[in-house]
Amino acid sequence: MRPMNDVLIVLALALVAAAATAAVLARDPVRQSTVLALLGLALALLFAILQAPDVALSQLAVGSVLTPLMLLLSVRKVRRKGRADGRADDREQETGSAGEGERR
Amino acid sequence: MSRRIRTWVLLLGGLGVAVLLFAASLDLPEFGGDRHPYGARAVEAALARHTANVVAAVNFDQRAFDTLGEESILFCAALGTVVLLRQTRDEHRVRPEPARVDPPVRRYALVALPVTLLIGLYVVAHGQLSPGGGFQGGVVVATALHLLYIAVDYRALERIRPVGLYATADAAGEAAYLLLGAAGLVAGTAYLANFLPYGTFGTLASGGVVPLLNASVGVEVASGVVVLLASFLDQAVEIEDATEHTASGPARHPTLPPPSEEKPT
Amino acid sequence: MSVLPYLVAGWIFLIGCYGLATSRNLIHAVGCLAVCQASTYVLLLAVGYRDGGTAPVFSDLRPGARPVVDPVVQALTLTDVVVGATVTALLLALVVQVGKRHGTVNPDELSELRG
Repeated sequence: MRPMNDVLIVLALALVAAAATAAVLARDPVRQSTVLALLGLALALLFAILQAPDVALSQLAVGSVLTPLMLLLSVRKVRRKGRADGRADDREQETGSAGEGERR
Repeated sequence: MSRRIRTWVLLLGGLGVAVLLFAASLDLPEFGGDRHPYGARAVEAALARHTANVVAAVNFDQRAFDTLGEESILFCAALGTVVLLRQTRDEHRVRPEPARVDPPVRRYALVALPVTLLIGLYVVAHGQLSPGGGFQGGVVVATALHLLYIAVDYRALERIRPVGLYATADAAGEAAYLLLGAAGLVAGTAYLANFLPYGTFGTLASGGVVPLLNASVGVEVASGVVVLLASFLDQAVEIEDATEHTASGPARHPTLPPPSEEKPT
Repeated sequence: MSVLPYLVAGWIFLIGCYGLATSRNLIHAVGCLAVCQASTYVLLLAVGYRDGGTAPVFSDLRPGARPVVDPVVQALTLTDVVVGATVTALLLALVVQVGKRHGTVNPDELSELRG
């Protein structure tokens, strides 16, 4: 029981560290918000294993839904504004973000 | 400062912090250790006050004053966001077109909405008994409402989400917390003290003021998050400024997929 | 094993700071700040963990039957998670305003505009 639990904790920690690294290295905010949602899930898993169901619940709701959603909405607003100023390169990214939104 | 120098400064600082963190982690209490003096006392106090979920007891009884601070941060952050993202004079609203939603998506979202809402309310109501409480349940309730955006469209969401009402509820939640604290003074004890009878252990009415404070936090978090998401959604979906409309308004529609596919959830 | 969780918390904090400092997009920077916040949750809960402990909820547990993990750090983390999200919202609102005023959210371009 005890070593089994230790293995689970180490695995969850590794997952969290990897997800955090990936979230920072994803330079496109749209992709980053997806990775942040994954990080939220990994954190919720770790907290559940660390016997903190209250925190896991709150992390699940906030980290994997609320924060990525607000990031995506800000990206959309800022890019729309950028496009209105005649930045043609953003149009391509905008459709990318729409596709991302669809998938989520 | 050039970018090269900046990177070096960052690297040096990061290395210093890493060394300090490593040294500190060697001196922290051992992971998984058996000595938790604060935890043991918190458990004792929570059981003495008939609150089954010790985390809720810590939040709303033993450290209720700290939670007041946290809640005020939440309130101020929501207020600041609303002020920053309000519609300014040079912007105007574009009514979003009614969107077509695939029937399976609509069915699923319409089934999921009441279930999620119910789960959220359950999590808020049973905060003092089982894992959950006003903070977590409030977020679940608020995000559940937004399933209507996925199921139908933005107009439908706006109909069940009069922002003014939720903003008032947000303030009412904060006020209820403050007044419940003051009620402790009236009852002859201290501010935010647990002055109500503790009730029977393990029932909904146990824990004295814990369920009441929990509920007021639930109301505040739920309406606060609704208001926050409303300001962001308004900015992303409805509000456009004058240049935006003339520059890209008419030409925009052919280049973009229909609104139903643009939803960011 | 005994310091690994603390080291992971430190790593998350450092990588978040790295992203924050090298970010080319303020929205991405706010996301990196959320990563930094996550490190504090990991650290706090790691301090409160106890081997063989269970969650500090006594609705179906006889008091004293099993050791429980530290509820105080859990309470701290719990409020921090939700409040942190609203602070993230405030920062994002600032970024949206910056985008509206200047037409860019790249910190380098922004400082050029000022100078």
